[in-house]
Amino acid sequence: MKVYIDHAATTPCDKRVVEAMMPYFTNEFGNADSQHFYGRDAAKAVADARETVADIIGCKSNEIYFTGSGTEADNWALKGVALHNRHKGNHIIISAIEHHAILNSAEWLERNGFRVTRLPVDSTGLVSVSDLETAIDSETTLVSVMYVNNEVGTIEPIRELAEIAHRHGALFHSDCVQAMPYIKIDVSELGVDLLSMSAHKFYGPKGVGALYIRNGVKLDKLICGGGQERSQRGGTTNTPLAVGMAEALKIAACEMRRNNEYIAKLRDRFVNRVLGEIPYVRFNGNTERRIPSVANFSFEFVEGEGILMLMDFNGIAVSSGSACSSGSLDPSHVLLAMGVPIEVSHGSIRFSFGKDNTMEEVDYTVDKLKDTIAKLREMSPLFNLKTGGTYNV
Amino acid sequence: MYNQKVLDAFANPKNVGCIENADGEGTVGNATCGDIMKITLKIENDIIVDAKFQTFGCAAAIATSSTATQMVIGMTIDEALKLTNARVVEELEGLPPQKIHCSVLAEEAIKKAIEDYRAKQNNKTVEKTEIEYV
Repeated sequence: MKVYIDHAATTPCDKRVVEAMMPYFTNEFGNADSQHFYGRDAAKAVADARETVADIIGCKSNEIYFTGSGTEADNWALKGVALHNRHKGNHIIISAIEHHAILNSAEWLERNGFRVTRLPVDSTGLVSVSDLETAIDSETTLVSVMYVNNEVGTIEPIRELAEIAHRHGALFHSDCVQAMPYIKIDVSELGVDLLSMSAHKFYGPKGVGALYIRNGVKLDKLICGGGQERSQRGGTTNTPLAVGMAEALKIAACEMRRNNEYIAKLRDRFVNRVLGEIPYVRFNGNTERRIPSVANFSFEFVEGEGILMLMDFNGIAVSSGSACSSGSLDPSHVLLAMGVPIEVSHGSIRFSFGKDNTMEEVDYTVDKLKDTIAKLREMSPLFNLKTGGTYNV
Repeated sequence: MYNQKVLDAFANPKNVGCIENADGEGTVGNATCGDIMKITLKIENDIIVDAKFQTFGCAAAIATSSTATQMVIGMTIDEALKLTNARVVEELEGLPPQKIHCSVLAEEAIKKAIEDYRAKQNNKTVEKTEIEYV
C-alpha cells in the first residue's frame, strides 16, 4: 500500500490540469511575446489564464503577475516593497511562523540595513492583532503575515491585521500558498495589497506561482529582463504552466466545498483515533481557525526522523517538522514559537490529507503509526524513565 | 540519504533494552538536542559479555547504538575503550556527513559505562547524567 499524507508539501497534478496544459508544450509552443500568430495564440492563452486567476480571487487581471514559484512571489513582495519604500521607512513586520521564503527574505533585508519585527504567536499559532498595534511605527512600510500556516494549518486574522497596517500607512502582504484550495479568497474583502500563491499546492503544476499586486502599489523588480509581465518580471512567459495554474485554481474553487467537507472527515477520524489510541501525544494547532487538511502532532519521548522512516517503510509518506530530516539541528521554528518545549518538538509529525485519500488509508496510517510509536518508545530511555516502560498512565 | 546497512540496523536494531543490575552504565546526550543514549554492560573478568541500549534520537543514532553494542560484546574493556565512532561508522559503511555527530554518542556512552564499571570495582561512584524531560 502506498499512502500519501503530505499534501501541504505538494499535491499531485490533477489529470484535467495536465490535459489543459499539454497543447502548450507542443503544438501551441509560441512565445507569448512574439508578434506572429504563434505568439498571439500563446498570449491569448496566458491572458485567459490570468483572467481566470483574477476572477477567482476577485481582482483585475492586470493585478496578477505570474512567477516561477510561491517563494519567488514572497521574495518579490518583501524585497520589492521594502526597497521601493526605503525613503519612507526601513521597518518591516512579519510573523515568527512564516515560511522560509518570507523568513529568509526578511533576514536578507536585515543584512541590508532594514529593521525586522517578528510577531509572536499564541500556543495555537495565532498572531495577535494587538501585538501588531504595538510593533507598528511610522517607519513601517510593510506587514507580511501568512493566511494559513504550513506546519499547523492555523488561519491568521488577515483582515484585521491588514486594517491595522493600513491605518498606519503600511502595505500588507499575505503568503496565501497554503490557503488557496481550502479558503475562498477575495482580495478586496481581505484588504491585502499583495498576495502570494503557488499552483502545486492546489493540484496544479510545480514551477509556477503568482503575485497579486493591487493597482497603485509600487515595488522594485526582482527579476530584470524583457518586457514580460508588464515589464515587472522578466523571463519568457511559461504558457503551459500559467494555463495549468488557472485550470487548477478553477477546479479547486468549484470543488472546494465538497473537498473541504470530505477532507475534514478524514482529518477528524485521524485526529480522534490518534488522541484516543496513542498516549503521550500533543495536538499542535488551533481547533477552530484551521484548514481541514492538516493535523500536526508531537509524540513524546521519540524523535521525528525515526517516525517518518518507519512510516516510510510501511509505504506512508508524511513529513517531520524535526531537525534531523533537514540536516540541521534546529527543530521547527513554528512549534517553538507556539511554545512547544524543544524536547517535545523533536517528535513532531505533520499529516496533511488531500481529496484523493480514503478512510481506509486513514485507518491504515493510524494502525501503522501506533506500531511505529510503540517500537520507538520501547527503545527510548525517556519513555522508560517517565513511564517505567508501560503505556498505563 | 542512508545506505541499506544503516536502514537495516535502524529498522531491526539489536540489543535494545536495559540490563538489570548492570556492571556498567553510561548515559550521554540530552533531550533538548534531540539525542540521548543509555548503554548498560554486563562484564565478567574484564570481558563485556552483554550490552544493551536505549536511545532517543534519529535513525543514525539508533543504528549506531545497535551496531556499537554488537561490536563491544566479546571485547575486553581495554579493547572496548579503543572503539571509536569512526570504526562504528565504518561498520555501517558510512553515514551522511551531518549525521556523523550522532555516532559520537555511542562511543561516549560505552566509555562512560566502562568508567562506571571501573569506579564500582574501586568502590567509587561516577556522577550519573540525570535525564531531564518536561
